[in-house]
Amino acid sequence: MSRDLVAAGAPRFTLPTFEGPLDLLLQLIRENEVDIYDIPIAEITRQYLERLARWHDLDLTRAGDYLVMAATLLEIKSRMLLPKPDAGADDEPDPRAELVQRLVEYQRFADAVGSLRDWEEFRSRLHFRSALENPDDYRLPAEPGSLRGVDLARILESILDAAGVESEAVSAVVPRQRVSLRLKMAEIMRAARAEPQGISFAGLIRDASELFDIVIAFLAVLELLRTGRVRVIQRRPLSDFRIAVRDEGEQEQDT
Amino acid sequence: MREPRSDPDRRACVEAVLFVSGEPLPLAEIARAVDCTEDQALAALEDVQGRLDQCGSGLQVVAIAGGYQLCTRPGLSEVVGRLLTREAGRLSRAALETVAIIAYRQPVTQPEIEAVRGVGCSSVLRTLIERDLVRESGRKPTPGRPILYATTRSFLHYFALRDLSELPPLEGAAPSAPEPAETEPDPA
Repeated sequence: MSRDLVAAGAPRFTLPTFEGPLDLLLQLIRENEVDIYDIPIAEITRQYLERLARWHDLDLTRAGDYLVMAATLLEIKSRMLLPKPDAGADDEPDPRAELVQRLVEYQRFADAVGSLRDWEEFRSRLHFRSALENPDDYRLPAEPGSLRGVDLARILESILDAAGVESEAVSAVVPRQRVSLRLKMAEIMRAARAEPQGISFAGLIRDASELFDIVIAFLAVLELLRTGRVRVIQRRPLSDFRIAVRDEGEQEQDT
Repeated sequence: MREPRSDPDRRACVEAVLFVSGEPLPLAEIARAVDCTEDQALAALEDVQGRLDQCGSGLQVVAIAGGYQLCTRPGLSEVVGRLLTREAGRLSRAALETVAIIAYRQPVTQPEIEAVRGVGCSSVLRTLIERDLVRESGRKPTPGRPILYATTRSFLHYFALRDLSELPPLEGAAPSAPEPAETEPDPA
């Protein structure tokens, strides 16, 4: 009935190289060469707790998941130790059944990971061309639903990067200069009028030292766009864009 | 050598639309652009591939993520790699496990994923969403209305899959009725 467990000569365990308590359990089951449907729960629980004890610096968020499993194992162990009631003993479900089901389920997905890894590897050897830079002006606004929150975050990130907001650590105390939206709009209009080709947004915020300045500049562009005083030309999604003054004729058409 | 089944003009047209497309072109879209039936477009696609094979081209046509696309041959990846820098690294095991569960179970909630994996998945999910492999797909009409997650078209592209039906069936029967343990003689 009892199986020889390889506890004695077991390979020395070094680092947690598994993906959670189920993975650790499966590893123990493999190492001990026991049947997943007939787990010697007392011995496996002992080894499981032993491994946990060896991690001294396990952070709490990860430890939580492992401790929940430890509690489950101990509960199963205690239920198996209880004497079975005489009558209807056969109907008593195996206390391990639920755990086994979870392990088998997890194992199936862990196996699928192998295929995914292979396909990832295969795919990484294929190279596709990226979407062409559209030779026509990219039309704003983008179609509803075509941009997601992540895209917007990325745009903001690239703008902040271009402005070097993060990299510059300013230590001096500078009195805040409040720039109003109205002033900013006037400034943009003035700059844009001087450039028939329009001005680049990245250029506009090049000297910005604060997030606030960039936000104000962007809001100003949006407001000018809304009131039909400028056009915005973007060559491709997520890139810098140019702001050009719309001529009188264009503006007339709108009204 | 295989006889071309489509007329040369159509083959050229299909080759041209494949060339300009930065993403997989569904057959219907190729047919619409080239103004032919889908069968004719498919035949033309095969001829494009035949031509590329014949002249030893570095390119090939692949069926991927619901469409057809030109890409480099796998054997040339080293050469191409010298030119390009790889943007993002391979997925971690945790990310692969999570995306596997989503792919097979979609749409699926975070607690459901965590129940299978036995560990929290918040940060892994965030990574998968950032890499556009997974997206939110509505909410489950249960208490708390948890967010449902599903895979994206980029997921298919990332793993070079045509569609989700190409995922192999999960190994092992459903674990509802475990077989009684086999009785083996103890290893002496």
